[in-house]
Amino acid sequence: MYVAVKGGERAIDNAHAFLAEERRGDPAVAELGTDQIREQLRLAVNRVMAEGSLYDPDLAALAIKQARGDLIEAVFLIRAYRTTLPRFGAARPVATGTMACTRRISATFKDAPGGQILGPTFDYTHRLLDFKLAAEGGAVPDAPMQPAPSASLPHITTFLNRDGLIETAPPTDDTPPDLTREPMELPASRALRLQALSRGDEGFLLSLAYSTQRGYGRTHAFVGELRIGTVAVELDIPELGFAVEIGEVELTECETVNQFKGSKTEPPQFTRGYGLTFGQTERKAIAMSLVDRALRWQELGEDHTGAPAQDEEFVLMHADNVQATGFLEHIKLPHYVDFQSELELIRKLRAEVMAAQAEAAE
Amino acid sequence: MTPDALTGGFPDAPRNAARAFRAILDALSRPGEIVTLSGATPPAPLSQAAGVLVLTLADSTTPVHLAGATDCPALRDWITFHTGAPLVGAADAAFAIGRWDDLQPVSRFAVGTQDYPDRSATLIVEMPGLAASGSALSGPGIAGTALLSLPETEAFLLNNSLFPLGYDCFFTQGDSLAGLPRSTQVRAV
Amino acid sequence: MTDHSYNFAYLDEQTKRMIRRAILKAVAVPGYQVPFASREMPMPYGWGTGGVQVTAACLVPEDVLKVIDQGADDTTNAVSIRKFFQRTAGVATTVATAEATVIQTRHRIPEQPLTAGQILVYQVPIPEPLRFLEPRETETRKMHALEEYGLMHVKLYEDIARHGSIATAYAYPVRVEGRYVMDPSPIPKFDNPKLSDSPALQLFGAGREQRIYALPPFTRVVSLDFEDHSFHASKAPHDCDLCGASESYLDEVITDDAGNRMFVCSDTDFCRTRREAGHVGRLGKTAGGGA
Repeated sequence: MYVAVKGGERAIDNAHAFLAEERRGDPAVAELGTDQIREQLRLAVNRVMAEGSLYDPDLAALAIKQARGDLIEAVFLIRAYRTTLPRFGAARPVATGTMACTRRISATFKDAPGGQILGPTFDYTHRLLDFKLAAEGGAVPDAPMQPAPSASLPHITTFLNRDGLIETAPPTDDTPPDLTREPMELPASRALRLQALSRGDEGFLLSLAYSTQRGYGRTHAFVGELRIGTVAVELDIPELGFAVEIGEVELTECETVNQFKGSKTEPPQFTRGYGLTFGQTERKAIAMSLVDRALRWQELGEDHTGAPAQDEEFVLMHADNVQATGFLEHIKLPHYVDFQSELELIRKLRAEVMAAQAEAAE
Repeated sequence: MTPDALTGGFPDAPRNAARAFRAILDALSRPGEIVTLSGATPPAPLSQAAGVLVLTLADSTTPVHLAGATDCPALRDWITFHTGAPLVGAADAAFAIGRWDDLQPVSRFAVGTQDYPDRSATLIVEMPGLAASGSALSGPGIAGTALLSLPETEAFLLNNSLFPLGYDCFFTQGDSLAGLPRSTQVRAV
Repeated sequence: MTDHSYNFAYLDEQTKRMIRRAILKAVAVPGYQVPFASREMPMPYGWGTGGVQVTAACLVPEDVLKVIDQGADDTTNAVSIRKFFQRTAGVATTVATAEATVIQTRHRIPEQPLTAGQILVYQVPIPEPLRFLEPRETETRKMHALEEYGLMHVKLYEDIARHGSIATAYAYPVRVEGRYVMDPSPIPKFDNPKLSDSPALQLFGAGREQRIYALPPFTRVVSLDFEDHSFHASKAPHDCDLCGASESYLDEVITDDAGNRMFVCSDTDFCRTRREAGHVGRLGKTAGGGA
């Protein structure tokens, strides 16, 4: 068998060896364990799980290590792995109303049944570099404990629901579309949009959400509730005839409460934006719920103001960072054939113009 | 479940399906060309070629319609076991299998939409014989003219007139298969 | 050797079936872009994932695969994709166009005429020929459905008005069998005439954009033009400096700080074959002499 081996092949092998060496860094410094990444860089792990669409903290930690901390590269590694996994079935919808919350806050009510739970948040930390962390081995004092609430915490929006002040979203048995299995078709259903947003790039969604706050498709959002915690994942086993709990996942759920002036058919009431993401990823979940709400302008009979966040096709076609980074970076690949054809074209056009000018000068 | 349902599948699915697809692709890309399909043995009355084609292309996402004699317990079980394809009526079928007469009226099958002409049915027509003679074919895939023993010409003329809409056909007999995409112009000779 | 930890040709069977069905519909409607549920591949989007998925769905163990990028077999991405299929499908590979049964390409059509039984798989970045005139998929889909290609003609005519000729040098749009306007991928327009009436099957895969389209053999493909400004397949007005070929597409290579340059065939196999047959260009030595 004749196999083409030329400069390209050796260059690639050598580049890979160089990369491995750089990944390890100074061998005099202890190697980073994936368990350390999983435990101590948990928010990075969460982001990789959320955008990678795969709940596996150990694999996410491995991807972060392999990607040298480049989180988009880590998301890509997880996605490429994810597509090779067989599918055994679809879980039942998770019941976020029974979430074991580590954090639960509402900006719309001072207090609510179940109370506000701040949880592990940066919110009220002073952003001062803590040089004690640069020193090794400092033991962390135990955080005060309180028994978990015995009853499940109801969603805050259900209180508004009772008075008919907020739109309802009745549950359906429809199978949601899956953009990892079917090509994206536009216009998209809300379920498909939410899936795309949930795995979309955090930075992209953050900026879009921010743009709605600054008036580009303003939706007057309040955080009705943000909750973070674990929920059980249940799978229907047809042979057994009932659902079995197969594990639990940590989720962040955000529901915004948005002003709605009413339409010809609907009286004024509050509307909702929704965000749901893997792990503690609250910036992402809040951004997602704002963008979700902005994208609903048509269904709610609102004006299309030309804002980017209202433009479903624009948002959905550009939210995926694995697609975006691949296409962006592909311009590093050789394009000399195309460039050559452009060179010839420019030379020809220039020659024609020069000739015309020369003729005019005579 | 009938006893034959569990047997007759691909012994080495990745390679069997790869070789079968390549032959199927050849047949559809070159209307009139007759190719041979092997690797699976479906229960009667399905031909080997039609059985291999079904195993290669059908799965739980592609509804299959069985017409005429092919709509029998042995075949229903075999297709369900090996592909998981839901068995449906003609209008919802991605694939429809049967003799030409049993598939009538063919106007029942999906021809796609102007936006999505690919959302159309593929007919697998079981034939008493298959030969490079009979109707004259021309169009994409054909250098000049090719001949194929079609069951008739009128229906395919009409189907071609819908282009880019239309259904696509495979004709099968024994281990032989020929393709007729909607793009082919058909003429009686 | 096949890497047994992966399925034959990497993709799982369900994914291959989905791609295979899309390829067949693409063949049935030449030039129409069939949506398919493109998978994340172990190489980045934009680096040939569409072509790789189409190739993976078509390969049989007996195939002889050639992979080129910019016409060359030894460009790094071509090497990487060839290695991928050696590892996951165990197929034989070649650099010789005539020996290949499947050729995956980025940006070129080989100079040597293709033959019946060969499949040419194109990697496509933006499959929609109307995309740069109308960014919305929902709109371009309507335009194809209604055969509304006026916008494209207006754009080309504006070029003529402004520049005296059509200012598109690559990815030059074509009309397939008088129906669909199609993007031939970013091949130089020099290659456009080879699209039409080829004995080989041509398949186009766009992974990120989730589209597959096809030109069956002997399909009529016409580059868009006007009666008074007919299409012209242009190339650099030189001969290859290594093999002397006058009819091949050329790369321009800058050879020193003074800006001297040479022109060489972009199709490395074509150039090598000619030199082995004794053809010598302005700066070339015969293949034995190690040009």
